[in-house]
Formats: sequence, structure tokens, C-alpha cells
Amino acid sequence: MNAIIISGVWGVAMMLGGVLFRRSHTTVFIAIAGMILLLAGNLMEFFSTPLFSFDGFEMLKVSSFGLHFNTIAFFGTLLIFLLNGKDIETLGNHSAEYFSLIFFSLCGVSVATSYNTLLTLFLGIELMVVPLYFLVGSDNRNLKGIEASLKMFLTGAFFSAIILMGIALIYGGNSLGSMYITFISLGKVDVNPMIMTGMVLLLAGMAFKVSAAPFHFWAPDVYDGTPTVVSSFLSAVVQVGAFIAFYKLFSTTFGQIKPQWQTLLVTVAVLSMVIGNVTAIFQQSIKRMLAYAVIAQSGFLLLGLISFSDVGREGVVLFIGSYALGMIGMFAVISRLPDYTIDGFSGLGKLNPGVALFTSIFLLSLTGIPLTAGFLGKLYLLLGLAAGQGWGWLIIIASISMAVSAVYYFRIIRAMYFREPVHPVEGVPEMRVSFRWLLGIIAAILILLGLVPDILTSWIYY
Amino acid sequence: MLTHFYVVLAFLLFSIGVMGVLTRRNALVLLLCIELMMSAGILLLVVFSKMHLTHANSFSGAQASQGQIFALFAIMAAAVIGITGIAVIFAFFRKTRSVDINFLNRLKN
Repeated sequence: MNAIIISGVWGVAMMLGGVLFRRSHTTVFIAIAGMILLLAGNLMEFFSTPLFSFDGFEMLKVSSFGLHFNTIAFFGTLLIFLLNGKDIETLGNHSAEYFSLIFFSLCGVSVATSYNTLLTLFLGIELMVVPLYFLVGSDNRNLKGIEASLKMFLTGAFFSAIILMGIALIYGGNSLGSMYITFISLGKVDVNPMIMTGMVLLLAGMAFKVSAAPFHFWAPDVYDGTPTVVSSFLSAVVQVGAFIAFYKLFSTTFGQIKPQWQTLLVTVAVLSMVIGNVTAIFQQSIKRMLAYAVIAQSGFLLLGLISFSDVGREGVVLFIGSYALGMIGMFAVISRLPDYTIDGFSGLGKLNPGVALFTSIFLLSLTGIPLTAGFLGKLYLLLGLAAGQGWGWLIIIASISMAVSAVYYFRIIRAMYFREPVHPVEGVPEMRVSFRWLLGIIAAILILLGLVPDILTSWIYY
Repeated sequence: MLTHFYVVLAFLLFSIGVMGVLTRRNALVLLLCIELMMSAGILLLVVFSKMHLTHANSFSGAQASQGQIFALFAIMAAAVIGITGIAVIFAFFRKTRSVDINFLNRLKN
């Protein structure tokens, strides 16, 4: 509850305070202070008692599982602010509003990780994505950004309506007449057809929100068209929030009727991995390529939902952490490059050896090379699958898709070390010392998690 | 209460909305169709809430009226989506002088 209230209040305060400190660097500091406060409030609730509590008929029920993912999302946003705070400030004319939109979206993330009714699920998801429609189109000098915003809005609102319809059908089919996810009676002998239809609609809508394969068509255009900071936020934080909402619903309420949705979800996961990884190879723009990588990663993440086991849960935590950090690092580097094609990376190993090394670590972690967090995350997800029966073919497909992903990730590493710089040295924007240090810290965390995963995963049993 | 009629009406509204989204090319009409789909959902919520209330034997009435509370929140969410849509379409119109979504295909190249 701390996180929801602090982020909401801070967002409103920043929005109104924007009149006072227009176009000054104070906004970034205020936003970073708010982010640290948010993180501290969340950790405080995790370890001891919450600051705020109100009786909302338990419509929001804070669990340590949800708080754990809040921490990952908030830490990721803090890193984005520290790395790219200046970019957010210069998105358009109103620097403070962009930060306040991000805070509202984080409020949505914390609702989506702690919902207890279908109502709060819907509101959390809406609160999470509606500020993004504005953020995606915030650079109003750039037509591509506005087109991306309109595209994301039209598809997103369509699927929101589908989620609402699904929820209405589940509510109608629930003989207990309740909205609470713990009070859904799925039917006595067979599953009630109304609940079944609603669940399929809900699955489609949630798969859209995590940009899984048959519903992925919006992602590449949006990631490509928006300013790089927003792509970073979308890929790292919003994906986490949407996936956790998905995971929570299907592992608790619909967990009893797993055989009914398992086939659908396996199809979605396999399609995501295959389409995402294969299409990413052919992309010219690195941002577009990373968008397909996000699709592939979300397919991989769904494997954690297919396997119901503790190892799978640990895998989900570790995978989300490693993937969010890796994506934030990658997009931060891209935001400093002269162009978004592979040429931007050419010769980075000579121009800026430190950054090139850190970028290589991010890419290795995203691929899943041993000694990085990404490897253990993927390994745990696959081990979770292996604990069940008859998932051999799925593990093989996942492993092959991992190998395929190495093709496009390693192309960047090759460009950095084995190609001459394409752009003149003066054209390359400088990277400040603090920026490089932060990238180094992210890389260090990725390697540390790869060696000692317990520091992240042990908290899910807290 | 004859729930069936309302359910059929809601499905009709929903289908009209989906057909509109799939066939029309005007962004404003698309927005209207999405609002129509949301209205269908809201109508269903109210209808099911009433249905649960009339059959309220194993649970309290307060629990069954959750659907009506949800309907109020969903109306608000639909309004928010409508306003957002108008803002986004307006920004798009100012750049391209058109609300035709065929423009969106240029993003691919």
C-alpha cells in the first residue's frame, strides 16, 4: 500500500509543481528523490509494517511476492532516472509532467502486483498503460512517435475492452457472484462455458499487454518510434507489471483448470519465442531488434507460468531481474549512440572500451551465457519445466530459440570489437563518468546475480 | 428478470464494436467502436450483478452488488480511454491533417 500511495501522491505533486520549476534540472533531482522514497517505502513494507493502511474490503492485498516485483520495477525505474534523467526532461516542453506520468504508471504497476479482485486487476492494468499512451507520443516534433502512440492506443484500448468483456463473463459465470479472485467457483463437473470464454478473452488481453506472439504486432513499431528512454521503461518496467498480473491470476484462480488453458499458453509461448527470435535477426534498427527480443523474452517468461513449481517461480524472479537490468543497460547505451543501426555500435570497443565491455555483459546476460544472471534465469525456468512430465519438446524449442538469439546479440558484440568506427569521433556523443559507472554497476549486479542468485530469489519465500 | 435479452444485446453491441474496429479506417470511428465494446462489457456487468442478486441464496446481496460497483469504475475507465484517445488522435491530426489510420503503415519502413 505504501508504494501505491507514495507514487500517486508524488506524481500529483510533480505534475502541479511543474509550474514552479519549468525547464530546470531540479525536476530530475526531485524525481530521483521520489524514486528513492518509493523504493524505501516499498522495502519498509516488505520488511516491517506498512506506513498506510486502509480497509478497502481487501480489494488490494499486498503480498511479499508482489512487493518483491515492485522492488525490481522501482529499482529499474531509479536506474532509468539516473542514467537517462536528462533525456526524459528534454522529451518535450513540460519536463515535470513526464516524470509524473511515469509515477502514475508505477502506481498502476503496484496495483497490478497486489490486486485481489478482478476490478483492481482491470484498474491496475489501465492505470499502468494509459500514461504510456502519452509518454510514447511525448516527442511531438517527431511524427514517428505520434504514430506509435496512436497505434499503441488503438490496439491497447481494443484489448482493454476485450479484457473488460472477459471479466464480465467470468463474473457472470461465477456462481458465487463475487469479483474476488479467491472466490471464483469454476463449475462443478465441467468448467462453466461462460468462465471458459471469459478466461480465453482475458488470456488474449493479458498476452497483448506482455506483447506475446499473436498479439505482438504493436511492439516493434512502438519501441522503434518512441524516444529511447520510453522504450527502456516499456521493456523493463511495464513488462514486469503486466507479466506479474498475468502470473498471479493464472497461477492462483485458474490454476485449478490448468489443462484447459495450458495448450493455449504453450502455443503463445512457442510462437513468441520463434517469431520474436527469427524476426529479430533481420532487423536493421537496433531498437526494433530489441523489441523483437522483448517478444521472445516474454515468450520465455511464459514458460514459468506453464511449469508450476518453486524452481519455476525462482526462475521467473531471476529472469525478470536480469532481463530488466539488461534491457535498461542496452537502451541507455543506445540513447547515447549517433544512430540506431548496427553502425552506431561499430568501433565502440576502440572509442570507449569500458562501455563496450559493459554492453557485452548485458548482451551475454540477455543471451543466457553462463556466469551471468540471464543464464541462471533461463536455466531455472527450463528446470521448472523439466520437473513436470512431457515437456521435453518444449525445452528443446526453448533451447534452440536461445541459440538463435545469440545470432543477433553477438552481431552487436562483433560490430563493437571487430569493425572500424563509421561515424567520426566528434559525432559520437560523450558519455559522462557517472553514466559509465552506473553501467558498470548494472553489469556488476548481473554477474553477481549469476554467481549468487540467492540474494534475489530467496526473498520470494520471505 | 429476463437476463437472456440483455446478454444478447451486449453481445450484439460487442460484435458491432469488433466489426467496426476491424473494418473502418477512421481513427475517430475506431475510438467510438472501442467505446461500444466497453459499453457492452459494462452492460453485462450490471446485468449479471442483477442476476446474482435475484438468485442470492448462498451469498449476501452486498457481495453480488460488486458488479455494479465495477460498472461505475469501468465507466470511468472508458471515459479515461476516450479522453486519451481524443488527445492522441488530435496530436496525430495536427501532424498529418488526417485521421486515416492507413497512415500508420508508413511506420514500418
